[in-house]
Amino acid sequence: MVRKRLGSWDVLVIVVLAVVVVVSSAAVEGFASSRFWGFLLLDVIPIALIALPMTLVIITGEIDLSVASVLGLSSAVMGQLWTAGVPLPLILPLILVFGMVLGAVNGLFVTGFGLPSLAVTIGTLALYRGLAYVVLGDKAVADFPPTWTGNMIEALPGTTVPWMAATVAGLAIVFGIVLHATPVGRALYAMGNNEQAATFSGISVARTKFWLFVLTATVAALAGFFWTMRYASARADNGAGLELSVVAAVLLGGVSIFGGRGSLLGVIAGVLLLITLRNALQLADVPADTLTIVTGTLLIISVVGPNSAAMLRSRLRRRRPATTPAAGG
Amino acid sequence: MTTTTRAAAPPPPTRARGDVRGARRLFVVRELGIALALVLLVAVTAVYNPRFLNAQSRKDLMLGATILVVLAVGQAIVVITRNVDLSVGSVLGLSAFATGKLFVALPDAPIVLAFLAGIGIGLLCGAVNGALIALARVPALVVTLGTLYVFRGIDYSWAAGQQINAADMPGGFKRLGTQTLLGIPVLALFAIVVLLIAGFYLRSYRSGRELYAIGSDPAAARLSGIRVGWRVFTAMTVCGGLAGLAGVLYAARFGTLDAAAGTGIELNVVAAVVVGGVAIFGGSGSVYGAALGAVLLSTIGSALPVLRIDPFWQQAVVGALILAAIGLDRALTARIASRLRGRREVRGA
Repeated sequence: MVRKRLGSWDVLVIVVLAVVVVVSSAAVEGFASSRFWGFLLLDVIPIALIALPMTLVIITGEIDLSVASVLGLSSAVMGQLWTAGVPLPLILPLILVFGMVLGAVNGLFVTGFGLPSLAVTIGTLALYRGLAYVVLGDKAVADFPPTWTGNMIEALPGTTVPWMAATVAGLAIVFGIVLHATPVGRALYAMGNNEQAATFSGISVARTKFWLFVLTATVAALAGFFWTMRYASARADNGAGLELSVVAAVLLGGVSIFGGRGSLLGVIAGVLLLITLRNALQLADVPADTLTIVTGTLLIISVVGPNSAAMLRSRLRRRRPATTPAAGG
Repeated sequence: MTTTTRAAAPPPPTRARGDVRGARRLFVVRELGIALALVLLVAVTAVYNPRFLNAQSRKDLMLGATILVVLAVGQAIVVITRNVDLSVGSVLGLSAFATGKLFVALPDAPIVLAFLAGIGIGLLCGAVNGALIALARVPALVVTLGTLYVFRGIDYSWAAGQQINAADMPGGFKRLGTQTLLGIPVLALFAIVVLLIAGFYLRSYRSGRELYAIGSDPAAARLSGIRVGWRVFTAMTVCGGLAGLAGVLYAARFGTLDAAAGTGIELNVVAAVVVGGVAIFGGSGSVYGAALGAVLLSTIGSALPVLRIDPFWQQAVVGALILAAIGLDRALTARIASRLRGRREVRGA
């Protein structure tokens, strides 16, 4: 099964990514410069970070649209805490705990009350963003110490890789191992494929989903911390609209919106592809709107392509009933 | 064959009537609940500040709700079939900008032409969505998330940073945004007409009922001979067309247009539909509820400043309302389902 999963769309995304990188290095001036890559990685961090838990959520057949609002609310709370004199080393854990609480609200509504996650998280999308405005208004808190804001985007010694990007890479490996090499990961696929069957095979579906929502919001809060430091500004509208970019990246990476299918490697490739394309096109002076069109088209192809292939295959199989008698009936 | 003979033994009409009554009561509870919330909100605000209900303010309230109502009606039709259209904001933007462009190119163009162009663009966008969903059998959420980007991108590259000003619009078109008929703004009349037609169609036409059947159980609908793909395609196309109409109304109301018109409105629309009691997984709810939800959301926005509540609370209130609405709806459906089940068990014994 795992081989099969890796065999199709994810590989294609990786190949496309490689082609884009090679072509851009040859054709776009400045694309291969290391300074450019540092910025590219910084741009990718919030989306890549949130895409990790989002992948798990979508694989279980749920969705979380509130992530960008969690990011904004965390940023706003962070600004207030800092104004109130709380030191940054204390703010970080507080913000993460705060993110857990926000995620627990999502999880409670979805698993406790049995409500569809799409509707619930559209509700908390509005609620959390609204609370962010209640907390901070339209003010911006921008007097964070330069040591922190500088450190956040500083490269690891001797490289051009920002250390936050290295952290995301580390987290990606952890998520990849959990998803693809542990019973928990297999349980997530099982839930996404058939929730009832998963329940009967002893997986506590509700509890797992609850903690997934908690995890997602916690990571989104971490992304909020990063965002605030990166732009040295805590604002209520930080990250507005990011949820659709994250979902687009995850789906582009070959994760099925119905759950049960997809790989983390594909998602990482999807995220990198989006960002690489954006920066390559920007460097090549292609207007940003073209990229919007490219993003949307890629997203549509990512579902239409595999689906049409599958339909074609099943039609071909039906034409030769001898090979699979079950499919004919 | 066997079912018909067996059905002769217990009196089926009783049960059918019971079900219908339950369903109708659910309709009434849902729609009345939202209407009650709306009346309460308006009443409390008006008591606090009577000027909230003077002629000008009433007009503003209706105008403010118009665009969201038109979008919510289209969205409700789509959501009832267990699909969703996230691209409505981009379609609105595209159609609004096209309207502006039309008047810049042909200053003497008749107003009808603007409406035809805007609705036509919307229908085209909706047909693209519908064709992808129905032919390639891909989920609407993904397709319309993709076209959200594509349509907006086309809008931006067409506009190329250009802005269209109210001065570019002919006077007759701009007056549409301010004129009233019997105290009701002309733009709001469009929304009312759209709502009534959609409501009548969904309730009284066979194909309208089939949309509910598709949303309740797509597989069963297909097995019972409903052309699911065609109906979903039509629903998406209609939703696109209404988003196109909303774009023309947007142009008439605001006059000044750039490529960003309607950005992010898709989530408000879905929120309005959900608050209005249309189940996000299809099969139940009505366009009247969705329209009430839209009016409620836009009225909250106008009422908060009057009530001297920090306008920063608006979005938080909307979020809480969505959660309350889906929670309440869930509780209602669970009660009615258990009541129906109980009745069935009694009869079976």
